[in-house]
Amino acid sequence: MRNLTRYIITRVLLTIPMVLILLSILFVVLRLTPGDPVSAMLGGHAPERVIEQKKEELGLNRPMVIQYLDYLWQVCRLDLGESMVFKQRVTTAIAEKLPATIELTFFGLIITLFLGVFMGAYAADRRRQIQDSAIRLYGIVVYCIPVYWMGLMLQLTFGIWLDILPIAGRTGPRVFASTFEKTGFYILDTILVRDFSALGDVMIHLILPSFTLGLVLSGIFVRLTRANMLDVLRADYIIAAEARGIRHRKIVYKHALKNAFIPILTMMGLQVALLMAGAVLTETTFSWPGMGRLLLERIYLRDYPTIQGTIIVFALIVASVSLIVDIIYAIVDPRIRY
Amino acid sequence: MEQILELKDLKVQFPINIGTVRAIDGVSLKLEQGEVMGLVGESGCGKSTLGFSILRLLRPPGRIVSGEILYHGQDIVQMSEKEILSLRGNKIAMIFQDPLTSLNPLFRIDQQFIETLLTHEKGLEKKSAFTRAEKILESLGISPERLLEYPHQMSGGMRQRIMIGMGLILNPDLLIADEPTTSLDVIVEAQFLDLLNDLRRQYNLTIILITHNLGNVAQLADRITVMYGGTIAETGPAGAIFEDPLHPYSQGLLASIPNIKLDQPKLMTMPGSPPDLVNPPAGCVFHPRCPRAIDICKVERPGVIKQDGRLVSCWLYR
Repeated sequence: MRNLTRYIITRVLLTIPMVLILLSILFVVLRLTPGDPVSAMLGGHAPERVIEQKKEELGLNRPMVIQYLDYLWQVCRLDLGESMVFKQRVTTAIAEKLPATIELTFFGLIITLFLGVFMGAYAADRRRQIQDSAIRLYGIVVYCIPVYWMGLMLQLTFGIWLDILPIAGRTGPRVFASTFEKTGFYILDTILVRDFSALGDVMIHLILPSFTLGLVLSGIFVRLTRANMLDVLRADYIIAAEARGIRHRKIVYKHALKNAFIPILTMMGLQVALLMAGAVLTETTFSWPGMGRLLLERIYLRDYPTIQGTIIVFALIVASVSLIVDIIYAIVDPRIRY
Repeated sequence: MEQILELKDLKVQFPINIGTVRAIDGVSLKLEQGEVMGLVGESGCGKSTLGFSILRLLRPPGRIVSGEILYHGQDIVQMSEKEILSLRGNKIAMIFQDPLTSLNPLFRIDQQFIETLLTHEKGLEKKSAFTRAEKILESLGISPERLLEYPHQMSGGMRQRIMIGMGLILNPDLLIADEPTTSLDVIVEAQFLDLLNDLRRQYNLTIILITHNLGNVAQLADRITVMYGGTIAETGPAGAIFEDPLHPYSQGLLASIPNIKLDQPKLMTMPGSPPDLVNPPAGCVFHPRCPRAIDICKVERPGVIKQDGRLVSCWLYR
């Protein structure tokens, strides 16, 4: 256990250089891209004098190195600065949008894992039968579909043709925003104030976006689970368990699946990055007021501090998920020690 | 003596891309209660497949195409899935070649014992299942505290003892041991065979000991069956087969054991390699390698011939 603590501390400390490197790359790349916040704000026809004045105001006239060191020092004090476009602190903007993204990706991940792992395990059990072929086809097709296209198709089918699910936003118009003031996680907020009709509304709005995200990513988990299960099902301990008279279904979904789970966890850790990327697209498709849309909007406005801040938060989420995955390894597999 | 198991003209085949592997091609055998039968032969002769067939554990595409497996008079081949499940581990136990990989690495030993017990004795309390596991571990010379450990925390010999404990905890009367000592070192192997011998008396076990190690068989078996190319070459009392093997294949097998007492410049080996079971040779499967083959061997398969209370499948004794 002491080793585990030490491992966690090391990993946490290692994220510091990661964030620094990421920031430096971001800082340079953002300033290399054409355009800047001032021209984005004022348009191309503003008088030279006004542009210069605005640049001076935002500190964009100072040498790049000074700007860079200044920003780094700011980040070291855990301050992400102020938006260059709006009168708004970056941390406030992020805090407003982050819960929406976490809610979306959390349910997306659950759907992905549930669909992917069970379909993959079932396909492996029914190897070379019709069910296996069908699931493999599903995996490949779904993996190839772009997130936004999947989103549009789901909107079209369930929102327009069948007209049973809302296609945009986190809530319907009849729900008052005052319910959502505690945490920003709408599900939690509605439960806290025991407003169950609002909770139902929130859940209904989550269905399409989280399925869009979940379905697309489930393809890779189907294939991964199937491949691992096929390996595990060949193992000696599986036939030994059969020889002890344990029911086949129990062997597949308990003995084998637990053993096939380690690589799935690894993949899950890696896929979180993809999940975040998918969230940017899903949020845009579904007008979901989360980090992804925030990022996209601010990229158009060249709002450097907000872009940098948002991406750092994304990176921190990916890093902490992979740390959590590493800790789960040790719980699932007693042979793993840190 | 009561007959516990009888195989009647058993045939097992594996359809593969290039044809059909006749892994077991017409095997008939009888096994009496309390007997230890050594099943020997080289790799690929069908001895392990025979063991798996008895519990109907063949991996697809392998399947029993014809014949009967009578366990106390009941045909295992015809049993429903439910009936065969209640035999496995309960009446007929099986242990495997590699104890290092035969235990699920992610479950504690006690969990694996308890699961086995509860599978067959519905309504048994977890606590009493645990006590029974403790008892059997003690009788195998393993401290009961180790029940709470994971397989990777134990040595190979210990794991093989645990495997056999898990096999015996439900008091089966038939144990199929598929090369149980192959991956153990010689000292642990000798200890394990001693243990098997004790357990056999204690539990009145009938054992099928599948091995390619004739030394193991000599120590333990009452009777020996020599298999070759999916058929039985010869079967008879262990002593008789060691002293006077009838089938040319058994003779070759015995001659190729190094003997410290003889002054051999070179170890005897059998020429050729095991037969292709997709296209087995016509006549006797062994004839291409047989030093004493005669004309008829190439044409017709020898039937089973009785000779001095032994059964041999060879034209030389017709």
